[in-house]
Amino acid sequence: MLTLTHLLALSSVILVCVTAIAVMLGIAWRRHHAATAIGSAIGLNLALVSLIAVASLGTVAVPLLIIDSMSLFSTVLILLSALACVTLAHSYLSGFDGWREEFYVLLLCATAGGIVVASSQHLATLFFGLELMSMPLYGMLAYTYRQNRSLEAGIKYFVLSAAATTFMLFGMALLYAQTGRLDLPGLAAGLGNEANAWTLAGAALTLVGLGFKISIVPFHLWTADVYEGGPGPATTFLATISKVAVFIVLLRLVLNAPAFGGEWLSAALTVLALVTMIVGNLLALAQSNIKRLLGYSSIAHFGYLLMALVVGEGLAVETAGIYLLTYVLTALGAFGVVTLLSSPYSGEDTASLHYYRGLFWRRPVLAAVFTVTLLSLAGIPFTAGFIGKFYIIALGVEASQWWLVGGVILGSALGLVYYLRVLVTLYLVEPGLRQHDAKDDWGLQASGLVVVGLAFLTVVIGLYPSPVIDWLAFVAATSG
Amino acid sequence: MILVWLILLPFIGGLLSWQGERWGEKAPRWIALLTMVLVMLVCLLIWLTGDVQLPSLGPDVQGPAWSREWRIDWIPRFGIEIHLALDGLSLVLIALTGFLGLLAVLCSWKEIVKRVGFFHLNLLWILGGVVGVFLAIDLFLFFFFWEMMLVPMYFLIALWGHSGSPGKTRIRAAIKFFIYTQASGLLMLVAILGLVFAHHAATGTYTFSYEALRDTPLSDTAAMWLMLGFFVAFAVKLPVVPLHGWLPDAHAQAPTAGSVDLAGILLKTAAYGLLRFALPMFPEASQAFAPVAMVLGVVGIFYGAVLACGQNDIKRLIAYTSISHMGFVLIGIYSGSALALQGVVVLMVAHAFSAAGLFILSGQLYERLHTRDMREMGGLWGRLGSLPGFTLFFVAASLGMPGTANFVGEFMVLFGTFPTAPVIVVVASGGLVLAAIYSLMLMQKVHFGSAQGQEPLCNYDGREFSMMLGILILVLLFGLYPQPLLDTTGAAMDSVQQVFMADNPADQGTGTGGGL
Repeated sequence: MLTLTHLLALSSVILVCVTAIAVMLGIAWRRHHAATAIGSAIGLNLALVSLIAVASLGTVAVPLLIIDSMSLFSTVLILLSALACVTLAHSYLSGFDGWREEFYVLLLCATAGGIVVASSQHLATLFFGLELMSMPLYGMLAYTYRQNRSLEAGIKYFVLSAAATTFMLFGMALLYAQTGRLDLPGLAAGLGNEANAWTLAGAALTLVGLGFKISIVPFHLWTADVYEGGPGPATTFLATISKVAVFIVLLRLVLNAPAFGGEWLSAALTVLALVTMIVGNLLALAQSNIKRLLGYSSIAHFGYLLMALVVGEGLAVETAGIYLLTYVLTALGAFGVVTLLSSPYSGEDTASLHYYRGLFWRRPVLAAVFTVTLLSLAGIPFTAGFIGKFYIIALGVEASQWWLVGGVILGSALGLVYYLRVLVTLYLVEPGLRQHDAKDDWGLQASGLVVVGLAFLTVVIGLYPSPVIDWLAFVAATSG
Repeated sequence: MILVWLILLPFIGGLLSWQGERWGEKAPRWIALLTMVLVMLVCLLIWLTGDVQLPSLGPDVQGPAWSREWRIDWIPRFGIEIHLALDGLSLVLIALTGFLGLLAVLCSWKEIVKRVGFFHLNLLWILGGVVGVFLAIDLFLFFFFWEMMLVPMYFLIALWGHSGSPGKTRIRAAIKFFIYTQASGLLMLVAILGLVFAHHAATGTYTFSYEALRDTPLSDTAAMWLMLGFFVAFAVKLPVVPLHGWLPDAHAQAPTAGSVDLAGILLKTAAYGLLRFALPMFPEASQAFAPVAMVLGVVGIFYGAVLACGQNDIKRLIAYTSISHMGFVLIGIYSGSALALQGVVVLMVAHAFSAAGLFILSGQLYERLHTRDMREMGGLWGRLGSLPGFTLFFVAASLGMPGTANFVGEFMVLFGTFPTAPVIVVVASGGLVLAAIYSLMLMQKVHFGSAQGQEPLCNYDGREFSMMLGILILVLLFGLYPQPLLDTTGAAMDSVQQVFMADNPADQGTGTGGGL
């Protein structure tokens, strides 16, 4: 029976959905780009504020969803990323000559989907949330459809995502056939500890479906093309919200259902993690397009994160949380800078490395932001990324996963090569060309402030991570 | 609190000189100069008021007693603190950092003309990071600074470096430097974390504190692996021979100030790390490892010296001599005698001066001749005013001529090590012969022989002359009267030696520290 408490607990999802509807009606009434963006931002902010009230409720579980500290954490991440995407989209789409407003409706729907995924404790909501998140994404990726790349990205993501979804559905069906249950606690109880071939197959297929969304090697083939082709804000969404939500679900599955933590799958996960971190970094080495490079780098980062799934105890939840947080901050910053420098009006996004040559000497603040995010991605002290890497290595050492620790070290060394290459490009002598550039008043726009704020936050967390760590220690303690 | 200021000063100074570029090109240089003078003054103040000279070790005191200490909680979840502490060893090295920082600012006065503000930002941040390394006593904080100082050094090489031959660009050199040190640093992080978790398993508390972790009970194999984790990180920085690949490239491509910092201070952080962390925390494992380390030291001495003989690039030559000299340092560190450990300190200081002097000289040659290739030099004696004279002096210092500090250091290292490892010492002494060869070759190729031209080249101005004279005086001073230096670091070195040799009391009589 739904009570008021339940409604309150779900208020963030409800608010996001209401905003989506309100924005849609607003567009039907009168098109106005700025008003649409502001309306979306207000809605997301309200949802964020509502979380304060939700936090005081403790763990609330309705049959299909669970609102605990972990889902609260991921909801905060998702809403913040969505806010960043909205502001980025506003400046990005200002130069777009088609209909601009619908982008926000899609974005809000996808955000609601992300929150549902991260809070799901039932395979039905998991599937529903995933689709609610993915469907609008197809549209967002192909939004600047007059450019072939964007269209290609949308269609590619659509086809491959649909294929992955069918895998997952089949896996869910197998699990259902074994246990007759779809809710996670029921599944966990029904599967017991012994794993027969059918449960294994079911779990593995589900893993494939989810692994596609967070682009684990070998399900990563779409990543670089889609990242490269998609419009900046959509790529940002793909790299942050969609990955966070899916990873949280994977974490829940591994923590709750023993079949996912069994010896077989654990070994498979170890191999996948190792391969993902190495291959992601290796492929990034040869890129000269920043969006592709960041795409491969995000693959590598999720390789590191998989270690949390392999270990699954001790510091695992805390590590996953910290790493997700630092990754999201940095990825938002990096994609934010790329987006700020691009405009769909002047053709493809400004992602080729040589456009960034000498950026520091014409846009010092923007280049400094990019520097901070790159250093953070590389895990250098003074940035949040270092805290994340520290946690990952600590987790590996604590669990004596020496192979994975070795993989992280090798991956980091490889990663340095391409991060540093981009980094030094920002500071090299300026060439004559400067047709691709941020608008002169970029710093005054909301999106400029957002990017600077993200870089600032990255440094602050790198220097004083205690509050964040305390929060995630609490999350780990209450949902482990 | 004064320790915090020692770290903050360069960072703040760096930011100021970056922004100071708005007031003209001179402003960043003066701000940077002022900052380094302030750091030196603070060091002097501590030296005059502190009690670093007193041997603070009672018979039952374990480990160093700090003359100054400052701590505050940072990340309580893991027991990480911002914990700074200073003893004689760190004081000497920080003072050295300040002095070489001063030199680095001075020697780039004319050399660096592009993006002056940003250059000094990077320069001062390196120095800030290095001071942090010398002061941090919490292992997390130590690692934090250890990794942090790489970034500005990377920029220094990549942006203001000399572009070398094709395939050996400055950016490649910088990336190589970064990857070597970062990857080995991560190994150290793994070792630190292994130690922390071992401590957690034994006591139930997380801590990164130096004192607490030293008492961690470890099995022999675990201690050996963890020690190796630390050793590899320090060995890359020192550098020890199989891990030295980054050094010649980084030196050759770096601007003069970068080379001065690299050779003068960054290499010393590795020796400091060995003395402060690797030895005292894993005394048994280090002792078991000592023969291997000493052999590596000998290999380094010969490898560096032989390769130095074959170089045409003057900066590469000096870089290889650094490898050779650091071999002596490595031998001294693992000898376990107080005399040799004292010698290591003197040698580190002396090498910082002589290598900095030679790098500055080659920078000045480059400013005048626009080449670092010794085949295009020759016969410069008489055309360059007092530059060749200074070169002769620093070459003599580098080969360990009596009267210079280098002699005192090498002599003490070899003399102190002889009782424990006579064979090593005998072989290592052969390196001194090679040192004479490469030093004289440098002198011969650059300043004697047939001249390429007749017209005199630009002579020294006051800045350059006083800079070189300052280093020269210091080298002579510590060569003729090293006692103040030895007194300052005596207590610290004694405690290292006592911890290291704790299981082996028979060998303790090799020296009591504090003098020849």
